[in-house]
Amino acid sequence: MKILVGIKRVIDYNVRVQINRDGTDVVKEGVKMSINPFDEIAVEQALRIRDAGMADEVVVVSIGPGAAQQQLRTALAMGADRATLIETENEVQPLAAARALMKLVESEGPGMVLLGKQAIDDDANQVGQMLAALWDRPQATFISGLEVTEGKAKAVREVDAGLETVEVSLPAVFTVDLRLNEPRFVKMPDIMKAKRKPLETMTFESLGIDMPPQLENLGYAPPPPRAGGTKVESVAALIAALKDKGVL
Amino acid sequence: MTDRDVMEYDAAVVGGGPAGLACAIRLKTRKPDLSVCVLEKGSELGAHALSGAVMEPGPLDELWPEWRDTPPSICVPAGDDEFLLLTRKKGWRLPTPPQMKNHGNYVVSLGSLVQKLGERAEAVGVDVFPGFSGAQLLIEDDRVTGIRCGDMGVQADGRPGPAFAPGVDIRAGVTVLAEGCRGSLTKQAIKQFGLDAGSTPQTYGLGFKEMWQLPAGRSRPGMIQHTVGWPLDSKTYGGSFIYHLDQDRVYIGFVVGLDYEDPAFSPFEAFQQFKHHPRIRSLLEGGEIVSAGARTLIEGGLQALPKLDMPGAVLIGDAAGTLNVPKIKGIHMAVRGGMMAADHVAESGSAEGYDACWRSSDSAAELRRVRNVRPGFNRGLWAGLANAAWETLTAGRSPWTLKTRSDHDSLRRADAGTRAAMENRWLEKRDLPPRDRLASIYFANNAHDEDQPVHLRVSDTAICATRCFEEYGNPCTRFCPAGVYEIVEQDGGRRLQINASNCVHCKACDIKDPYQIIDWVPPEGGSGPNYQNL
Repeated sequence: MKILVGIKRVIDYNVRVQINRDGTDVVKEGVKMSINPFDEIAVEQALRIRDAGMADEVVVVSIGPGAAQQQLRTALAMGADRATLIETENEVQPLAAARALMKLVESEGPGMVLLGKQAIDDDANQVGQMLAALWDRPQATFISGLEVTEGKAKAVREVDAGLETVEVSLPAVFTVDLRLNEPRFVKMPDIMKAKRKPLETMTFESLGIDMPPQLENLGYAPPPPRAGGTKVESVAALIAALKDKGVL
Repeated sequence: MTDRDVMEYDAAVVGGGPAGLACAIRLKTRKPDLSVCVLEKGSELGAHALSGAVMEPGPLDELWPEWRDTPPSICVPAGDDEFLLLTRKKGWRLPTPPQMKNHGNYVVSLGSLVQKLGERAEAVGVDVFPGFSGAQLLIEDDRVTGIRCGDMGVQADGRPGPAFAPGVDIRAGVTVLAEGCRGSLTKQAIKQFGLDAGSTPQTYGLGFKEMWQLPAGRSRPGMIQHTVGWPLDSKTYGGSFIYHLDQDRVYIGFVVGLDYEDPAFSPFEAFQQFKHHPRIRSLLEGGEIVSAGARTLIEGGLQALPKLDMPGAVLIGDAAGTLNVPKIKGIHMAVRGGMMAADHVAESGSAEGYDACWRSSDSAAELRRVRNVRPGFNRGLWAGLANAAWETLTAGRSPWTLKTRSDHDSLRRADAGTRAAMENRWLEKRDLPPRDRLASIYFANNAHDEDQPVHLRVSDTAICATRCFEEYGNPCTRFCPAGVYEIVEQDGGRRLQINASNCVHCKACDIKDPYQIIDWVPPEGGSGPNYQNL
């Protein structure tokens, strides 16, 4: 069985994001970029499934600019077998990403698709669900536990009420959450090996998906500055202040 | 028994800064058949790079003339220079010292420059490994045979965690130590091989830097300003820099000589006070901090320079100590030293002889000319300025060489007056950000996994609670830019608390601690600041 893992190049989670001066976008120039942390967890899980003998190939794919090759090489250094870059300099919106992944699903024929639950730049949390719908296959999202057997998988999902266990028949789409695993450290000799692993690039246009952007960003603004609190001297003053704010 | 991978390289460079990358690029270009690697403890190249910086482009032009086609994201041609003496409320323009005339130079982000150098290094076939620290020198038969990288995934109690990955042993024909100021492997090497036997005590400064986004029209791109005087007293060496960038941004920073005497002094606080001077405040008001950090600078100059080679290894860049203090420029010296080391290794195949080679070079001549400027300030600001003027006029031809003094034994003992001063050191109320050191390091994008051993190794914490408290009032709680050290009252007693995850890898504690019981070692690879555009 082949496992397809989608990874996205995003601003590193440690970096303080800034908005550019005209409020049209976040500052990306000279800013550290990394694999979306949830996608790293997805790569790690795919590797564990393969190393346990339940799969024989882990293919990582990314949709993004040429520089996303760095992130694909990191995934290869973690242990993935092959990488594909669907190259575009344009913003990749969720439906376009799902359609592009569907094309890859058609050509690769994976038994499982693993994705991070959401990307930390847009927090959309849509691609996995859309892909499952396009593919007409089951989905298990926000998983923090996974057990793969022949043709089936049991997944523990983190839901509002607690934990939900579902069983899905493969092939299926899984989106992973934080508690699923702790990704391995990349080792130096593996970084060297990764340079020789196959990395294929294709343009987004070559997929033949005609998809104008569905979402328009109207603007970015920082959160409003916190107003200071006040200390009151007496209970009477507190009540007066609460009444003033319309709370009492 | 830990199973370590071994990797072999003809040359292994520790430190992905301008010196290390220049050396790697030069070596690989001259001898493409040699295998060369660069280790960098930051999560990416530039993550730990912080410098003023006004760069002389000459050596970079020699190393890689095409650098100008893909310049760093911040690269502003130097414009006018201004040198000011500040009093509490006023500022007086002084004649600009010739070393501070910057026509032809560039204000650059060192972090961004280093990223471009990294791309060049990879393009010529150097293996660059960000996120990996050099933990130990491998020494066999009195010879450096390589480096042991730090282990990853070690828990706070020292035991291997579930993701434990032992550090690789890199066996190298030549090891190049390019760790920057007060490098940890460099410290080991100097001790092991007695490299400072013929040198005067090394001395350092602590530098702070902030990048500000200002309201439109305030920044004059290319303007380079330096100040001395307020808020420092005449006994404390230091001053500020303000480098104006494009896009309404400025770099503003402050450097303090770590040979300061007053145990109550807080370098961070001095920087923040400086920003509230009327002339400076008017520049910053209404702006916001975008990036901030701190790093020590090596200021000993030629007389404090250790021997630059040992069997199997060389020291280059600020790890060696080649910063030109009056110019406050080290990047061009680092690039030149890196290239020289590469040429030496390419020609001789070994490390030995690099020191002799460097000492007869233009770099040595440059440092010889300015060797007496910094130690002249040991007698105070006015004597220092007068001596600097003399040294400039005579182009360093004085028949004497002034001695540097070491930093860790320069503190006066704390007395009752000092203790009172410690509480109310600065009376000025501050309203410009950052509020305090913790707020400041927020802008350093610092990342440390909490579950790892503390990397600031204090050999006897009992001293902190007793002797140091009495004698100096625990200066580490004040000189650390990141608030790593705290003395907490507990159960009727006192103890040292080390907030290791705040550490921005500046090395001030390793330098200034009066008992020299603090040993800074690299934490897990990839930890530490993620400086953006500094």
